[in-house]
Amino acid sequence: MSDTPQTVSDPLSEPADDTKSWNMRLYVAGQTPKSLRALVNLKQICEEHLAGKYHIEIIDLLENPQLASDDQILAIPTLIRKLPEPIRKIIGDLSNTERVLVGLGLYPRT
Amino acid sequence: MPEEGHRAYRMTEGTHERQTLTRRLAKCPTGIKGLDEITLGGLPKGRPTLVCGSAGCGKTLLGMEFIVRGAQLGEPGVCMTFEERIDDVIENVASLGFDLPQLMAEKKLRLDHVQLDRSQIEETGEYDLEGLFVRLGYAIDAIGAKRVLLDTIEALFAGLSNTPILRAELSRLFNWLKDKGVTTIVTGEQGEGQLTRHGLEEYVSDCVILLDHRVSETVFTRRLRVVKYRGSIHGTNDYPFLIDEHGISVLPITSLDLQHSVSHERISTGVPRLDTMLGGAGYYRGSSILVSGTAGTGKTTLAAQFVNAACSRSERCLFFGFEESLSQITRNMRSVGIDLAPWVQAGLLQYYGTRPTAYGLEMHLVKMHKLIEDFQPSVVIMDPVTSFLSSGTSNEVKSMLTRLIDFLKSRQVTAFLTTLTFQVEHLEQTDVHVSSLIDTWLVLRDLESGGERNRGLMVLKSRGMAHSNQIREFLLTSNGIELQDVYLGPAGVLTGSARLAQEAQEEAAELRQRYEIEQKRRQSEHKRKILEAQIAALQADLAVEEAELQQLTSQEERRQARQQLERAAMAQRRRADTLGASELSEDTMHTGVLP
Repeated sequence: MSDTPQTVSDPLSEPADDTKSWNMRLYVAGQTPKSLRALVNLKQICEEHLAGKYHIEIIDLLENPQLASDDQILAIPTLIRKLPEPIRKIIGDLSNTERVLVGLGLYPRT
Repeated sequence: MPEEGHRAYRMTEGTHERQTLTRRLAKCPTGIKGLDEITLGGLPKGRPTLVCGSAGCGKTLLGMEFIVRGAQLGEPGVCMTFEERIDDVIENVASLGFDLPQLMAEKKLRLDHVQLDRSQIEETGEYDLEGLFVRLGYAIDAIGAKRVLLDTIEALFAGLSNTPILRAELSRLFNWLKDKGVTTIVTGEQGEGQLTRHGLEEYVSDCVILLDHRVSETVFTRRLRVVKYRGSIHGTNDYPFLIDEHGISVLPITSLDLQHSVSHERISTGVPRLDTMLGGAGYYRGSSILVSGTAGTGKTTLAAQFVNAACSRSERCLFFGFEESLSQITRNMRSVGIDLAPWVQAGLLQYYGTRPTAYGLEMHLVKMHKLIEDFQPSVVIMDPVTSFLSSGTSNEVKSMLTRLIDFLKSRQVTAFLTTLTFQVEHLEQTDVHVSSLIDTWLVLRDLESGGERNRGLMVLKSRGMAHSNQIREFLLTSNGIELQDVYLGPAGVLTGSARLAQEAQEEAAELRQRYEIEQKRRQSEHKRKILEAQIAALQADLAVEEAELQQLTSQEERRQARQQLERAAMAQRRRADTLGASELSEDTMHTGVLP
């Protein structure tokens, strides 16, 4: 938890790597508790299920407001799975792990 | 439901208490025809307004027009749609003449479509709608928007399932919009038992406008009502409105106050002798004229003659015909020497022929209102208004005509109405009871006598001018309308051939009289001559008499002188008194010599 603030403020928390098959974007608006919680939850889930093959990009809409309409963002935080296709949208602080896995397509819908 | 009623009651009470605030509340003119009149200036400035109604009632259009008019008035606007895609929005309002891409290019407008698909979104815990705020805030700041339209924000409830979060966020959104100082229209679908499906009215409490459309007696009418306007008085009626190629027009149907100024200008009726009957100058400009009469008395012709006169003065006329088409009326008027076609071509005359049953009365009123606003005529003809009785009761028609006439008067448009009278015995009464609104009332009537039907015209009333109280005969000639004096005979007024006969009779009588006088003159001349002759004869007699008398007198004198001489001679001979005798004889001799 202690190192997360730095990670959030950095748009590229992980070095870009084309070989990684999971490409995700997390949209936040400033460092709100919900956003921080979402990032922690996301990292935890990715490490657990997609270790070594994921990339997370964090976009702060306060810095790039035009992206909000370009990427159809409404709720904050929003996680978008850009790859693998199709694009999927997950909103909320990602505290419901089961629903996140469903949303990411790692877990079949029940 | 009783709670509703109670609330409504309190609301109306409140409006009276708050009248004093009217001046203080800043308003934002919508630019939508009629809406600003009803709201006495527009929507509450810098606050959200809820526009609600059922599907297809025109919510989105009203919102879009608010944004577009704002952009035209120098207030840029942001439109955020939750249902329609941007391309669809652009296309939909293009039919109203709104060029959104152009406004967008001029940075007067920004469109943003919020896509929400519940099936594509996984909710995994707590969230807020900060993304929406960012989008909206960015759009507002980008063009300095003063107006915002959120078109059916309730779609959020369909796209997202966490209702408590949504409610909290909506509440926050409206407060945020207020802080931003933008005037906002929020549209909402009408719900059961409440104004909107998700109770948006709880958050937007400053101004609520309800749109409605109903079909009564197969006639479709759109209506608008200001349900609530905090801090301002507003019109509380159901106002009909119209969506056409120029956007929305709301018609404030409450009657205007009687404060319109009047014109002293007089305009010709198109019939010189009728002008004479009306104080020598015709109608007042901006007055209302009613022509009533039974079928076939020439009401339309009188109207056409008036149109002809107005168009000749290069004034614009709007003719609402409810019984005839333009070509029909043009043909018919040509037969009495009035050609309307050139005026139509010159753009001075616009003719609208509709069946009164085509729409409801309110819709007629809205349409006429709009046409008058667009065409800006100085004369409006309605022929005949009694046709409206087929789509409303006489009270409804009266109320509609009152509003229309008031509207026309306020614009100094001369209104010319005709009514068809059905009952011959009640000529001085109209079936639509508008007589009290009318300034000049002409009555056309049939005058039946001697097996003929002729037309008569009289001025029943004409406010503010000395007018003739005579009935005139009204002739439709190939040169238009002519008015003739009517003769009052022992059996009443004489018209038509009876009048002609009377005219001939009078002429004959006059001739006869003239002949008689001439004869008399000649007779007296003759008599004078005779008398003069007699006088001359008598004078001649007198002269003879006088000559005779003269002769006798001189004879007598001569006789006396001779007698004296003889007497003196006799005395000489008798040796009478010498002295006296000599004296006497000398005297006598002198006298005798003198004559």
